[in-house]
Amino acid sequence: MTAGAGPTMTRVRGRNTGAVAADQDAAGLGRWRAGLFVLPALVLIGVFLVLPALWTIYLGATDFQLTGTAAAQPRIVGMDNLLSVFSGGGFAGSLLLTLEYVVGSAVVGQAGLGLALAWVMRDRRGVLRRVVDAVVLLAWILPNSVVAFLWIALLDRDSGTLNALLGTPGFGWLLRYPMLSIIVFNIWRGTAFSQMLYSAALANVPRSQLETARLTGATPWRQLWDVVLPQIRGHVLTNLLLVSLWTFNDFTPFLLTAGGPDHRSETLPVFVYVTALTGGQLGLGAAISFVMLLVNLVIAFGYLRLLGRRKDGAA
Amino acid sequence: MTSSVISPWEVTGRIGRYAFLSVVLAFFALPVLWLAFAPFNAHPTMATSFPEFTVENFRSLMDNPNALSSIGNSIVLAGGTALLVVVLAALASYALSRASIPGRDALLYTLLLLSSIVTGTAAMVPIFLLAFQLDLIDSQLGVILVLTGGLLPAAIFILKDFVDTTPRSYEESARVFGASPLQIIRHVVVPLIRPGLAAVTVWAVANVWGNFLIPFLLLRSPDKAPASVVMYTFYTEGGQPDLGLISAFSLLYSIPVVGMFLFVSTRYGFRFHGGIKR
Repeated sequence: MTAGAGPTMTRVRGRNTGAVAADQDAAGLGRWRAGLFVLPALVLIGVFLVLPALWTIYLGATDFQLTGTAAAQPRIVGMDNLLSVFSGGGFAGSLLLTLEYVVGSAVVGQAGLGLALAWVMRDRRGVLRRVVDAVVLLAWILPNSVVAFLWIALLDRDSGTLNALLGTPGFGWLLRYPMLSIIVFNIWRGTAFSQMLYSAALANVPRSQLETARLTGATPWRQLWDVVLPQIRGHVLTNLLLVSLWTFNDFTPFLLTAGGPDHRSETLPVFVYVTALTGGQLGLGAAISFVMLLVNLVIAFGYLRLLGRRKDGAA
Repeated sequence: MTSSVISPWEVTGRIGRYAFLSVVLAFFALPVLWLAFAPFNAHPTMATSFPEFTVENFRSLMDNPNALSSIGNSIVLAGGTALLVVVLAALASYALSRASIPGRDALLYTLLLLSSIVTGTAAMVPIFLLAFQLDLIDSQLGVILVLTGGLLPAAIFILKDFVDTTPRSYEESARVFGASPLQIIRHVVVPLIRPGLAAVTVWAVANVWGNFLIPFLLLRSPDKAPASVVMYTFYTEGGQPDLGLISAFSLLYSIPVVGMFLFVSTRYGFRFHGGIKR
């Protein structure tokens, strides 16, 4: 109905505002039809992205459960869920593990190793660079459940390659050092992104400045610290925010350790899954989700402000 | 140029650099080696070893009821999502680029912000319940819709950039000859933004192909599960994992994404789009 009415209205409108619309609206879309073109995308985004976010807030405030009486008639419990989340022992521990995971594997690990690789390889072309780039990139593009199993095989207690190389047969890395294992795993998994971003950033640092610094006798470290870093500060911040956001929301630890042993590698994404889907406490799970969404919001806002500032700076 | 004596600094620097690169190379290559050798090994173990060459593992793959059909399911999910994302994002980005819609930039930034906040992990509870209410549990369509909703904002953002840079004069001429807006999009705009469409397609396919959480959350029957979920059940379901099957399956499942990356990088040159991976 509305779809049929759209085009005719468009034509009338198009003539009225002809002069203004002519250079803007080259295909003669008009507002109505433009709206129709945008609508399907907006509906999908609204239902499957905006609605879940709003629902999280509602769910977090009810005692919703998968089964039982609470499933049929959820009661509003207000802030109780949020309070019980914070007071429950599981949450604080999980938050701490998540922090450890983000700082260790993303901020220090991926960003640090990525920058180091980009810096060491900055003037190199040829086979060595191509091989290093290829293996680093390969770790990034292989599917999640494949890389998870590759690491399970690598760290296997009885016949894993790592134990064979180190001569420590029977050492259960995933059981003894679950956090260290998933942190090292995630450094391996995600360094490619930081490396590519820093390589692109370093290519924009003027040659002449590095040359000057070198001729005045600055060591490579000083060149990096005094000449390069101030110029790529924007890239560094972008990189840190993005890898933190992704690592904070990374569900892959579930594939490696499933949060175990004894919750010792249960980062927030795994904690939510175990609480809500395995344990059936959807209200409590949603309350944790709510906290996660808030953290995401803070990180993403920082990122957008940064983008906005950089655009202003360029203009 | 003063090709003078190499300073001790440079010598240690060079040694340090090569040592660093060797360690990095070993670190990144070691886990992947298993994927290269084990599928062709007659007696694969967890350890990486040079194989007693065989293709027997791939034969057992053919006999497994879930293995091949799960690759088919992955193709359905990735293809369906990519198609929906590309078509809807192309329409939306074209309209947003050409028509004057009030508050357009604010809308775009809000959507982009939302899509980076509302990740599958953070919103898994409401997404599960939403699918439950809409009767989309154990439905591949449900997985496609949820993934499409998450990918669309960034796809619109990327494509609008491409549309913005195409000249309007072609569209105006087409319009003079009486083409309708849809015809103009199909025959004038789409050919102009083809690299953008290709980039978004590849990006969407790569995202869905590797996605574990959403199908794991929403699908119930094993015969609908995509390769990511089936791969996980292969090594978590009780008993001794069948390493021959797992290794051959991992290789088969990984080849499409690796091939796609190679194709893109040789065809278009690997250009770096910041923040493109979700």
